[in-house]
Amino acid sequence: MVERSPYLTFLAHAVMVIGVIIVAFPLYLAFVASTHTAQEIVQAPMPLLPGSHLWETYRKALLGGGSGPGSTAPVAHMMWVSLVTALVITFGKIAISLLSAFAIVYFRFRFKSFFFWAIFVTLMLPVEVRIGPTYQVVSDLGMLNSYAGLTIPLIASATATFLFRQFFMTVPDELLEAARMDGAGPLRFFWDILLPLSKTSIAALFVIQFIYGWNQYLWPLLATTSEDMYPVVVGIKMMVAGGDAQNEWNVVMATALLAMLPPALVVMLMQKWFVKGLVDTEK
Amino acid sequence: MASITLKDVVKRYGSGRSANPVIHGVSADIKDGEFIVIVGPSGCGKSTLLRMVAGLEEISAGEISIGARVVNELEPAERDIAMVFQNYALYPHMNVFDNMAYGLKIAKLPKDEIRVRVDKAADILELSPFLQRKPRELSGGQRQRVAMGRAIVRQPQVFLFDEPLSNLDAKLRAQTRLEIQKLHRELGITSLFVTHDQVEAMTLAQRMMVMNAGVMEQFGTPEEVYHHPASTFVASFIGSPPMNLLYSAPHGRAGTILGVRPEHLQITPQPTDSGWTVQVEAVEMLGAERLLYTRLDGEQIIVRTEEEQGIVPAVGSTLHITPRPERLHWFDEATGKRL
Amino acid sequence: MEKRVQFRSTWLPWLLLAPQVIVIGVFFFWPAAQALLQSFQVQDAFGISTEWVGLENFRRLFADASYLESFKTTALFSILVAVLGIGLSLLLAIFADRIIKAAMFYKTLLIVPYAVAPAVAGVLWIFMFSPSLGVVAYALGQLGINWNHLLDEGHAMTLIVMAAVWKQISYNFLFFLAGLQSIPKSLLEAAAIDGARPWRRFWTIQLPLLSPTTFFLLVINMVYAFFDTFAIVDATTHGGPGQATSILVYRVYYDGFKAMDLGGSAAQSVVLMTIVIALTVLQFRFIEKKVNY
Repeated sequence: MVERSPYLTFLAHAVMVIGVIIVAFPLYLAFVASTHTAQEIVQAPMPLLPGSHLWETYRKALLGGGSGPGSTAPVAHMMWVSLVTALVITFGKIAISLLSAFAIVYFRFRFKSFFFWAIFVTLMLPVEVRIGPTYQVVSDLGMLNSYAGLTIPLIASATATFLFRQFFMTVPDELLEAARMDGAGPLRFFWDILLPLSKTSIAALFVIQFIYGWNQYLWPLLATTSEDMYPVVVGIKMMVAGGDAQNEWNVVMATALLAMLPPALVVMLMQKWFVKGLVDTEK
Repeated sequence: MASITLKDVVKRYGSGRSANPVIHGVSADIKDGEFIVIVGPSGCGKSTLLRMVAGLEEISAGEISIGARVVNELEPAERDIAMVFQNYALYPHMNVFDNMAYGLKIAKLPKDEIRVRVDKAADILELSPFLQRKPRELSGGQRQRVAMGRAIVRQPQVFLFDEPLSNLDAKLRAQTRLEIQKLHRELGITSLFVTHDQVEAMTLAQRMMVMNAGVMEQFGTPEEVYHHPASTFVASFIGSPPMNLLYSAPHGRAGTILGVRPEHLQITPQPTDSGWTVQVEAVEMLGAERLLYTRLDGEQIIVRTEEEQGIVPAVGSTLHITPRPERLHWFDEATGKRL
Repeated sequence: MEKRVQFRSTWLPWLLLAPQVIVIGVFFFWPAAQALLQSFQVQDAFGISTEWVGLENFRRLFADASYLESFKTTALFSILVAVLGIGLSLLLAIFADRIIKAAMFYKTLLIVPYAVAPAVAGVLWIFMFSPSLGVVAYALGQLGINWNHLLDEGHAMTLIVMAAVWKQISYNFLFFLAGLQSIPKSLLEAAAIDGARPWRRFWTIQLPLLSPTTFFLLVINMVYAFFDTFAIVDATTHGGPGQATSILVYRVYYDGFKAMDLGGSAAQSVVLMTIVIALTVLQFRFIEKKVNY
């Protein structure tokens, strides 16, 4: 960067290309696999170039009814479950976190430190650590196998609250003072001024929470027992039930790619805000 | 009636035994329509005082009244005031029109009334072509004017200015100073203006409050403050270059400090009884004037000469200077107060 | 840290906090307290009666060789994932930083694994490494390495490490790239004028200035290795062969839901919680001291 060394620039590109290849290889392979029939794949080594069965395989995946020993539930429905779950978690978390962060940063009230630390503690303990009892509670509340059961326990962590708090701390005091001078009360200030300013953070959090919600595995595994409430991420694991040769790998790979598609789209489309928000505020 | 009365106003941070007084009891009577400047170095409490008048800081003790009302317990929006902030505090996501209209919208003024007021203010401040722009599309000076526009449209009883010119470059500062003066002449609203810059204070104030470490050292017109400073602090803070303060023997009165301004020292060809003989250490040529830095018995004396006088002493040479007798100031050495 | 000016309403903040507090009360603190409670109890096989046994569950845990083994496994796994994950992504970030224009393009491609669910990543990797039909397994076979993660413990560990690292590279890369780009160019130019070659500049200027990022990522990666990798393990090796890849979080699940040992599983949860809290406290202590902003 300082010296104009063509050698180093070449090396840099070379390293990057190798990096991209390594990162992209599994995905490429998955794509290729999803375009062949199961038989073609099972004969090692499988072909490295795409085959001709693309539509067939994806249709099988989406509509279900394959012939492997694992789950053959229609992926389309599972994608729907994943989508609803991810969106509910995302919007739910963002909404309650905005309110909490606003309360914590902009108000003075008794026991505030207590609540601040109580919320902060939840940052440190992901759901994996409390699965047993959380399962109990959800079961007792009759929320198993429901969207509520899939989503609400995952709204319980405070990552979003903390992020918003960090962001609110950077909003200049003078904006609040000017607003008070203008006669704005707390809710007006929140709606007219704070929210519009928070757009980048909200966008970044949208991406992070959407992916978090979409990629949830352990919790849905426990909280659902019927196939029609499986998110696609759980469904895919269920497909890989038998021994290697018996799975319909082409369908599995097609499912893998389908499962990756929405999060990847969300990340790529919102890349600008996401990277900025992630790096600026997560510190 | 929009007079402002400060009665023994005190500000303390912390509570109980560990309370830290930052403002030690300030009292002043400000008349309706006056332009008052509160001036002092960083940390003297001037902004704190302003913010107490604004309602952004709690008043620890004492009373502040605007018009006939005591406003200690009132929220900022209830005090019928408007404030111009140092960093403009414009709402970044709203355009100029909405920024100025925001307060009026909250006060539920009818749309037409809002439009009329904003247009009028924009006209006075020459902001009419920019009404649809966002703050980030404006220059510093334009942003400052929007901040002032926001204050004007509210038609308050009092204007509060918190170092509004500090973020502008020198040329713009001088220009905006004139604009503020013009505004005050046109609108005649009581104004409190805080600054650390004594030039701004001298040029804008009808009366000025000189503050130091939470204490109001003097409250008077620029003339009074300049020609009859109440303490050594005021004497050295106001005026550039600052007043010469002599602690020791040259003046012969123990326990006192003698003050004389650089422009009140005459250079004589021969030594005089009431004058001194000094050594020239440095000479600064400023264009219309020349500053001579001299030394006498370890104390520095700055002499100001007009360029037209043509006096250009060499560094290291000796000079005879005499103060004008009617321009001498005596201060008590212990308290710094004027004698 | 407090804002200089705040609102003084008495009831509004409570109302605003209520949704979050209720949710974390019911779904976090209540279960966490339950976990704590259960760790001191033993349930009989039918889940009908419970008996208070004090620290018995914990004692049993720590006397259990396979549990202790699991600590080692987890430690090994976490260190490998953290070190490799950070090392490789740092390498990529350094080179990406050099070619700023193209960096955007590479960045877009490298981000993709972040969007891939750990479970899906697991499935992709067992597909590639499947002893019977995996492409990579085949290629390794050609090179003389008989790959079989179903039988060989080392292979199994390698597999989950690779899958986990693959997924984390994007995240780490983003942070490192941002960190590198926030180092003022003038510092590096000054160093170059002082005669420092690129490698030296990296070592003595960029790396130290990256310390906040590196430290932050170290802890994030460790927490990731502890918890988020559950799906990878479940999708690939199921903790096997034997217990070779049974990391702590996997055991909590297995003992609690497959082996139905609720007390033991709760005790394990408590142990895990303690470890994470300790790690987090360490992080905050550390950040205060060693890192130069």
